[in-house]
Amino acid sequence: MSDETRGHSPEYDAGSYVGGDRPPGAPPDAEEHSLRREVGGYVTGFVLAILLTVASFWVRGTDFIYGPALAVALLVLAVAQMGIHLVFFLHITTDPDNTNNVLALAFGVLIVFLVVFGSIWVMTHMNQNMMHVPMDKLLQMQP
Amino acid sequence: MSTEVLRAPQDPYHLGHHPAAPNAPPQSTGHGAGGPAPKRIVVGYGFWIFLLSDVIMFASFFAAYSVLFKSTAGGPTAQQLYDLHNTALETVFLLTSTFTCGLASLAVGQRSQKWTQIALLCTGLLGAAFLTLEFREFASFVARGAGPSRSAFLSSFFTLVGCHGVHVTAGLLWLGTMMAQFYAKGFRIDIRHRFLCFTLFWHALDIIWVAIFSLVYLVGTLPAEFLP
Repeated sequence: MSDETRGHSPEYDAGSYVGGDRPPGAPPDAEEHSLRREVGGYVTGFVLAILLTVASFWVRGTDFIYGPALAVALLVLAVAQMGIHLVFFLHITTDPDNTNNVLALAFGVLIVFLVVFGSIWVMTHMNQNMMHVPMDKLLQMQP
Repeated sequence: MSTEVLRAPQDPYHLGHHPAAPNAPPQSTGHGAGGPAPKRIVVGYGFWIFLLSDVIMFASFFAAYSVLFKSTAGGPTAQQLYDLHNTALETVFLLTSTFTCGLASLAVGQRSQKWTQIALLCTGLLGAAFLTLEFREFASFVARGAGPSRSAFLSSFFTLVGCHGVHVTAGLLWLGTMMAQFYAKGFRIDIRHRFLCFTLFWHALDIIWVAIFSLVYLVGTLPAEFLP
């Protein structure tokens, strides 16, 4: 298998608009960084993600952390690892190109927060107010 | 306004905003200046919106799982079912596959057919290993009488984790398609845009798995008195 692009001259990019993939006027290599730096970025992300994963499993298995706080500690570690993935793998940055992505992400996080914590909050209160009677008794109480 | 239109052919894309120097890049301020965004940005943004909607769907499954966690109907509980060794292995497979997927995107950037195919093959094999482990776990649950119809807890568990597994399966099919397209059509720009979407999809699946292994498996097996 050859390393060359098969069957296409580099100038011809089917499916692209006139002018190719770059904004007109951009320097030719505007979006290409050095390969070493890019590999380094992925390796950094991978190592950090592994460290956080190991930390999660380790925290779960020890009594290093006060027991009732374990769930929150695991949640924090999970959120940290998601942040690592977003930055190093999904390349969410503060670049002007990324403004729309960041705003959409913020909106998504808001909705996720509302759905998850809203559900837990509402259902916990409902359980506290209604579950004093065991379900078996409730069923027997029906006519 | 009318004078701009009259001399438009000189500056068809910059929309009246002139770069600082004749060969300087257009200044994109995010407010309409600097011409249209590259198609790569637009494609990535569109797929990002889809991914966020997918994440919101998973959030609703997470909400259902958290609410139904204690509704075991006298059946097996999370503590009795979950095997954390299996979860750790699955995590290693999926995390490594997301890393090799990133390397594949670098190989595509270098236009290297060989390394693209190798990295994508590793990604696919690791994803398949993940799916195998997950399927074996599901099968062992069902064999122990803990299928999705046993209790509300297990229904929500199978919905949440199974939905992630279905996404990984779809991702594997997509990955095979991308390998074939790179091989048959080369690094055409439209293929590269598809591949950009695939890498976003695969990385997003790993983000969801982070939430699953932390909040479903690790928190789920905590002693009951530690749970909120």
